[in-house]
Amino acid sequence: MIVKDAVCPFCGCLCDDIEVEVEGGRVVAVTNACELGTTKFMGEKRMKNPILRDGNQWKEITCDEAVRYAADMLLDAERPLLYGWSGTHGEAQCVGVHMAELVRGVIDNTSSVCHGPSILAIQEVGHPGCTLGVVKNRADLVIYWGSNPIDAHPRHLSRYTRYAEGFFLENAFRDRKVIVVDVRRTETAEIADEFVQIKPGGDYAVLSALRAIVQGKTETIPRTVAGVTREQLVRVANLCKSAKFGAVYFGLGLTMTRGKYKNIRNAIELVSELSRHTKFTISAMRGHYNVYGSNEVNTWMTGYPFGIDFSRGIAFYNPGETTAVDILARKECDAALIVGSDPAAHFPRRCLEHLSEIPVVQLDPYPNATTAFCNVQIPVAVTGIDAEGTAYRMDGVPIRTRKVLSSDYLSDREVLLQMYTLMQEAKGQ
Amino acid sequence: MSELLVKNACVIDPLRGINAETMDIAIRDGRIVEEVSGAAEVIDARGMLTMPGGVDSHTHICGTKVNFGRYMSPEDMRAGRTPRRGPMHATSGYSVPTTYGNSYRYSVMGYTTLLEGAMAPLEARHTHEEFIYTPLQDTMANTLFDGNWAIMEAIRDGDTKRVAAIIAWTLRAVKGFGVKLTNPGGTEAWQWGKNVSCIRDPVPYFEVTPAEIIRSIVEANELLHLPHSVHLHCNNLGTPGNYTCTLGSFGLIPDLNPKRQTLYATHVQYHAYGGSGWKDFCSKSEPIANFVNMRPQIVIDMGQVMFGRTTTMTADGPMEFNLYRLHHDKWSNHDVELETGSGIIPVVYRRKNLVNSIMWAIGLELALLTKSPWQCLLTTDNPNGAPFVKYPEIIALLMSKRYRDAEFATVHPDTGSRVPLPAIERELDWYEIAVMTRAGQAKALGIQEIGKGHLGPGAYADVAVYPIRIDDVDPSVDYQKVIEAFGQTEYTIKRGRVVARRGECVVDGSNATFWVKPRVSEAYDMGKDPDFIEKFDRYYTVRMRNYPVQEEYLNRNRCIETEAEI
Repeated sequence: MIVKDAVCPFCGCLCDDIEVEVEGGRVVAVTNACELGTTKFMGEKRMKNPILRDGNQWKEITCDEAVRYAADMLLDAERPLLYGWSGTHGEAQCVGVHMAELVRGVIDNTSSVCHGPSILAIQEVGHPGCTLGVVKNRADLVIYWGSNPIDAHPRHLSRYTRYAEGFFLENAFRDRKVIVVDVRRTETAEIADEFVQIKPGGDYAVLSALRAIVQGKTETIPRTVAGVTREQLVRVANLCKSAKFGAVYFGLGLTMTRGKYKNIRNAIELVSELSRHTKFTISAMRGHYNVYGSNEVNTWMTGYPFGIDFSRGIAFYNPGETTAVDILARKECDAALIVGSDPAAHFPRRCLEHLSEIPVVQLDPYPNATTAFCNVQIPVAVTGIDAEGTAYRMDGVPIRTRKVLSSDYLSDREVLLQMYTLMQEAKGQ
Repeated sequence: MSELLVKNACVIDPLRGINAETMDIAIRDGRIVEEVSGAAEVIDARGMLTMPGGVDSHTHICGTKVNFGRYMSPEDMRAGRTPRRGPMHATSGYSVPTTYGNSYRYSVMGYTTLLEGAMAPLEARHTHEEFIYTPLQDTMANTLFDGNWAIMEAIRDGDTKRVAAIIAWTLRAVKGFGVKLTNPGGTEAWQWGKNVSCIRDPVPYFEVTPAEIIRSIVEANELLHLPHSVHLHCNNLGTPGNYTCTLGSFGLIPDLNPKRQTLYATHVQYHAYGGSGWKDFCSKSEPIANFVNMRPQIVIDMGQVMFGRTTTMTADGPMEFNLYRLHHDKWSNHDVELETGSGIIPVVYRRKNLVNSIMWAIGLELALLTKSPWQCLLTTDNPNGAPFVKYPEIIALLMSKRYRDAEFATVHPDTGSRVPLPAIERELDWYEIAVMTRAGQAKALGIQEIGKGHLGPGAYADVAVYPIRIDDVDPSVDYQKVIEAFGQTEYTIKRGRVVARRGECVVDGSNATFWVKPRVSEAYDMGKDPDFIEKFDRYYTVRMRNYPVQEEYLNRNRCIETEAEI
């Protein structure tokens, strides 16, 4: 059987033109997806049953037992953390918010260690953006800043920018200029029309220099800024101002380097400045396929995109105090439910030391680095493969992922609803 | 079977011509009935003002731009928060509350039906997801067609039937309710950083004018026999002197429908400005209201501004950018491929600011100068003019000249020379307020026939009981009592169940989404049109099969099927 127009549950591009061939309950071939997506669709070695840590061993348990364990753990906790969420569908994220609210926990998603700084910048200065199709059809200038789509979002270039067809571009490949700004010559830099190499930590200064040039203050610019010559800066600023439609896509090279959210703020303000001259937009290259959905769900349910603390009944948000990293590093957290992410592979050592000392339950189809920290792991269906549900693309476009095959695994939503029901019963509701 | 009897209610039900009659309202299984058995649960309304549940025919509560308003504004989220309590979930937000916040606050004010004013088709799924978490109101979504490429191409080819076919396919796909035009043509021009100044400017590349878009889509809307008329946000919002553009747009509209208006013009306050710049900015509410008084085919809503902090959000991207250049606060913009756009900025309307004071006066003037309350409905374009929690104050201002004068004394001192408000003596009565907040809104949306906006047998049992006895209160003097009464119902009844009581929501709730499916002939099924399919495949970034909103996103829903003339 061939499933057409399947939605790839890997990165924020959320490609929805995938063809998946299924035979005997397994994916046997994948067409149109990139290597990352194909690997995810073909994924093997799933965990079969829920497992419980028993001394130095794993013991298989039933799903009911695992759900009961998780519900009791959250009910007993004083400061429970519900973390992850970018690797699951929106319907499961909604249940997660209700659970956090019920036990007065902290709910946080992976953006706190990823594009959290971008969100902080947006909360200060806003976000002039657009859907990916607007860029595809119009942009004659695309800037990748601190992002390397060839590695991280392989089809971004072919679907939306460098190699994409565009309604208003007669010969899109020729008429569309691509600028790459990075600290090293990445593979994406090789296919750019202009490569701007910045000394590490120099992004903020370069953005400020470009803003000054756009404002007509070129004479204030020194001969070089963070290793970039004034001539190149002027050339780039002119390319921006003379473009009919410019689009900036930035990645963790800008959000997680020196300056952090100030870098993003500066980049957004550059785009706002350019909007006075021509059309310009800016957007984040979001990583996980549904990390943006997690921000969206949290926002309509609680008012905030990540790092929400319900300990006082109301939703309270203060990144630096209320994210997963914060409450683990301060050793406040006394139980953790992890859904659709792998914090052990990404969190600071101090956080992991604490994670190893508290009860942890994880919902994940595969064993991962966090498994080593778990007391219980519950394998679930993979959204986009054997479960369906809503995901939000990096530009905010919501797409319903398809189920390409059936399995006996429950979806994240189903497992979480069972937990939530037990928790409501225990709370007498 | 569940039965409820609301006894001794002082009922105002304009769609049935009932004006302050003491009567009982019988309810069975969510509907109004002639009578119930002796076993029915009884609520004694003790002569309190009782009306059909409130209907808001233009509000921004759910979807991409609303949620981005929350996302970018933690300061607004902090400004209104409540904890989980009983069946109520935690809420955040003042001007852009969370979905639960919207739903609870509207319910406490007696509102049971809400129309989201602007849904981009490509992002419709998001609006429907948020509807699910707006549990205490039935919802529907106006769908944006202002910058739709396929439609502009059909208009350029002079093919109104094809315009109708594209609207039919899209409404059906995205589970939309009505047709919304926001700055028609301007949202497409804005994707080049440009705008159209008024209805005769051609849209870049497509070479159609806003006037052609409006005319053609109005005709298409009637070919499809949609319950609601075209819902228009005129070009040139917010600029001095724009009233001529508004009159020009109104002048395009023939009278095509005997049951309702042919054009619903929204937040007209923002489109009734005189002057050649900010220095001589003034009210032009009189020519606008006079024009509406002569044209039964036009219904407007106020878009009232109230002083204080709020968030502006609209599909009108270029307008928000202009506003950003005035306010220099944060600015978000979100253009949507092949369809439309949107923009968001926070604002503060100040009494000490002359322009803001004039804006405040214009909204009230429109309501007071439009003779028929059926033609001017009460809105703030929530949250653009003010959050909807300000409705009770607006009602009181319309009912009391004394209150208006007291407020007028606090606004910018030069306002008096720029607006007619101080000279207007009219005070609206309870019946007129009932028209402007439910009956007129239901009629304008075309949902009275399916049982909304009235309390006749067969209607949805959506009832608001306000803790006020209208015989004991003179609204022109006791305006404070009016504000209190409309701020918090004694009972809000939704589909036959008490959902809110004295400021507390008492059930979890489950809403219904109303959407429209026009039936067209095979020849006009765009899903089978090779040219439409080809362009979709080439220029959208979502596959055509993944575009329609699936049934999973509709809770309990009511599909309104229409027989189109194509």
